Amino acid sequence: MGDTMQYPSIDWLAVTPLIILLAGMMVNLVLAALTRPWPRAWYAIGTVELAVATVVVEMFLWHDIGRDGSRVVINDALSIDHFTALSWIAIAGALAMVSLSTADYLRREQLDGPEVYALYICAAIGAMIMTAANDMVVLFLGLETLSIALYVLAASHRRRTESQESGLKYFILGGFASAFFLYGIALLYGTTGTTNISGMGDVLRAEVFLEGDDAMLLAGVALLLVGLAFKVAVVPFHFWTPDVYQGAPTPVTSFMASVGKLAAFAAMARILLVALPTRIEDWRPVVWVLAVLSVVVGSVLAVVQTDVKRMLAYSSISHAGFIMMGIEAAGHAGDEDGLPAVLLYLVIYSVLVIGTFTVVSLVSRTGDAGSDLGSFRGLGRQRPALALAMTVFLLAQAGMPTTSGFIAKFGVISSAAANESYAIAIVAMVASVIAAVLYLRIMISMWLSDAEAGDDARENVGVPVTANVVITLATIFTLLVGVFPGWLIDAARTAASFAG
Amino acid sequence: MLASEATHSLPYPVLTLLVLMPLVGSILTLFSSSRRPEFTKLIALVTSVFTGAVGLWVLASFETGEEGFQFVSKHEWISSWGIGWHLGIDGISLFLVVLTGILFPLVIVGCDPHHDEKRYLAWLLLLEAGVMGSFLSLDLFLFFLFFEIVLVPMYFLIGGWGYDQRIYAATKFFLYTMVGSAFMLVGIVTTALLAKPDLGRMTFDLVEIAEGANFAASTGRWLFFAFAIAFAVKVPLFPLHTWLPDAHTQAPTAGSVILAGVLLKLGTYGLLRFGVYLFPEAALWSREIFLTLAVIGIIWGAIAATMQKDLKRLVAYSSVAHLGFIVLGTFAFTSEAVSGGVMQMINHGVSTGALFLLVGMIYERRHTRQIAELKGLQKVAPIFAAAFMVVMLSSIGVPGLNGFVGEFLVLIGGFETARWWVVIGATGVILAALYLLWAYQRVFHGEPDEANSSFRELRLREGLVLLPFVGLIVFCGVYPKPMLDRIEPSVRALIERVEEVTGYVAPAPVVMEHSEHEGGEG
Repeated sequence: MGDTMQYPSIDWLAVTPLIILLAGMMVNLVLAALTRPWPRAWYAIGTVELAVATVVVEMFLWHDIGRDGSRVVINDALSIDHFTALSWIAIAGALAMVSLSTADYLRREQLDGPEVYALYICAAIGAMIMTAANDMVVLFLGLETLSIALYVLAASHRRRTESQESGLKYFILGGFASAFFLYGIALLYGTTGTTNISGMGDVLRAEVFLEGDDAMLLAGVALLLVGLAFKVAVVPFHFWTPDVYQGAPTPVTSFMASVGKLAAFAAMARILLVALPTRIEDWRPVVWVLAVLSVVVGSVLAVVQTDVKRMLAYSSISHAGFIMMGIEAAGHAGDEDGLPAVLLYLVIYSVLVIGTFTVVSLVSRTGDAGSDLGSFRGLGRQRPALALAMTVFLLAQAGMPTTSGFIAKFGVISSAAANESYAIAIVAMVASVIAAVLYLRIMISMWLSDAEAGDDARENVGVPVTANVVITLATIFTLLVGVFPGWLIDAARTAASFAG
Repeated sequence: MLASEATHSLPYPVLTLLVLMPLVGSILTLFSSSRRPEFTKLIALVTSVFTGAVGLWVLASFETGEEGFQFVSKHEWISSWGIGWHLGIDGISLFLVVLTGILFPLVIVGCDPHHDEKRYLAWLLLLEAGVMGSFLSLDLFLFFLFFEIVLVPMYFLIGGWGYDQRIYAATKFFLYTMVGSAFMLVGIVTTALLAKPDLGRMTFDLVEIAEGANFAASTGRWLFFAFAIAFAVKVPLFPLHTWLPDAHTQAPTAGSVILAGVLLKLGTYGLLRFGVYLFPEAALWSREIFLTLAVIGIIWGAIAATMQKDLKRLVAYSSVAHLGFIVLGTFAFTSEAVSGGVMQMINHGVSTGALFLLVGMIYERRHTRQIAELKGLQKVAPIFAAAFMVVMLSSIGVPGLNGFVGEFLVLIGGFETARWWVVIGATGVILAALYLLWAYQRVFHGEPDEANSSFRELRLREGLVLLPFVGLIVFCGVYPKPMLDRIEPSVRALIERVEEVTGYVAPAPVVMEHSEHEGGEG
């Protein structure tokens, strides 16, 4: 080590997507501060263009990784592999869709534009760093960048107290979770002497622990799991989800449920499978319990709700349980189906949840308050196309064949069965029947309920162009993947390997 | 063997057409203009009639005496998971497909939804695509896909166009079936995974798995039960039958006809194709459970039917009893009994479908289905009463009509292998006569009171819709030979497969050679 600090060499190409988004966010903020307000839609269009450009660059990156092989860059801080590239594509795609659906939300609610988009981009950058991080500290930086942006976004509807409350709740509980997570990192660093994720894996492989010697390591793993379980919202670390999902502006909710979950699960998969593959016997039972609890509790509690956003919050907990099943399966030796199933589920669910919440956002009408079941009454008559799209999303979430949701569930179930975890597979399928009640309730409200007094006085549900685009794209994706899933399955298979 | 397929491969995929035609029709109806309802109906009618015609063409060019799958259409679909688009037809599924093709256009013509006709027709055609797909699939994944997708249109048909309790009934139907499917999905996945070492690759192909995989006896039994739960709910087998009376009673007439006609057969067909064929050892091992449940279903359904006040509910419970006969035949494991069971699937579809149509007509006229409120209809509508009489007698199983042939074969075929179950089950035939004749007597005999005196006679359109039903009832009763000739080779191959795998020996056929005379004498 010389007198001058050694700067790591930087693989600029690998981090281009991050740089594009970062530059875009800066430009957005500077312009918003210095110029007179533009029409609101312009910010949305700018963000979508940015996101699409990022997706294109990421596709080149995917191709390059296939040609040159995966690698770790910037002093082993980021791993650039197919796993990263696929997650990045999904995150940027979700960013584009959520920005579009936010455009009419802001117009309808008479809110200001630019900062929200800057925060979305900021959160997306954090999420991308999380998914790529090969170092615990970098991962934590990504986590905080994502989380802090999300706290502010959750509270971004200034006139709704529910939104403020949601942001504050999320902030306080999220802060706790981050602290757990950080403490876990510290203990792991204490055990292994490195913060590098793949480095930890190497150290743990080389080290032999005598009986009782690994208490610090186990404590660290436990704390990490608590922090991550909070972020992905699995039972019993789910209590914030319904309140936050319900209170946050609906497009923000869809962003949390898609990008937030995706990033947290990607980080979880990488930590558990790269840093801790030698401790599988320790963490797998925990993941098993979390998975079973989530699918059951999420489904059961979802059914008894009356507010659709709350229902979907609980159903997202149940979906998180399904994804945990995939992680549990990936923890079995010699299985190559668990991780692809996780990725498949994450990508499919992201699109589904954005589509669903976009419809909910439209039905909530001005004030973003009408998300109870009654607000959906008569939608089938008033807006048949919108109701049909919502039906497709709901059926997909229920796991009906010919929709993407079935492919996602099938992947997870078959990976569980491949490891002879039949119990968890059957529990999950029965729980999904319980969850079906909730999707049926929304469908009944839309199609089969009779009109009640006061229904005519309600504002008509409008379908602005941007929301229309989002819903159409999500519907096409849902049905396309449902009928021709081969390409996505192959992509998920390719992506299921880590660099480093 | 059953799987010596491709005896009759065609350059064009006729079975794929059977599935895709209604699907295309469904989409077209959905996107047709709401201002031209007659045009929408025309699209629906043309596609369903065309599908039915293709079904009849398949029947006409089916190689009689061949046991394997014909018209096979096999393509890669989701190759990363070993899932293929594999369709084929044999003697067991042939008539179910034809029946599906015939029932749907009749229902479209014969039943009036009263509101939202466009969506109604779109759901109906989607349902047809799903049912066709289920009967034709030779890939486990593909079968599950169609089996499950059928739920959605049926749910909306019951929930959207049914009677007072329609949402409750539709939800119950949906959830019951879905619980069964949940087990089946795990079963399907596990079957494919466990067959992988034997086959050398991951595949969901029914024929490949059945021919190539060797499951340990205990494994096979677990898997069989995972499948059997789904089918037992669908049949429905006692004690999983409670969704059926609600669904039948609350469904619109078209829904009831389709439900009774073909949807319930997904269960009995599934038991044969995916239960007995795939897991012969487990099916044989568990036969006593199924025989017992079937017999309980026969008696229970008959007793419950006797006590009903609602005519439609009565017919619904009679379905439980009739399907018990089919299961009885299936698990008697002789080729006569199984052939009789397959035939009974068709017979029940025709006669109960027609009964639901007639009950629907009564409701259209009188706006009640309560037996107590109907009286003396024979006086005011003799032709209607005659049609009802023929259909009812077929349902009872009177010789000379179709119901007799199937039930007779089941009983005579099962006598060797399942004697006491058959003996008790046979009382179901007597009970059927009791509850149906008693209902007929209360509704049609006597002097019509004031409310019933204006009961309208059968109209031309209604008569034309009923005509094919009555024609089939009489034809299959008097001359069942063409049907049995096509069913029997496939069934015999299935029994031979059971014998080959398990060492079970089926008793020599007693009546198969004479069975056609039995029908003819009636």
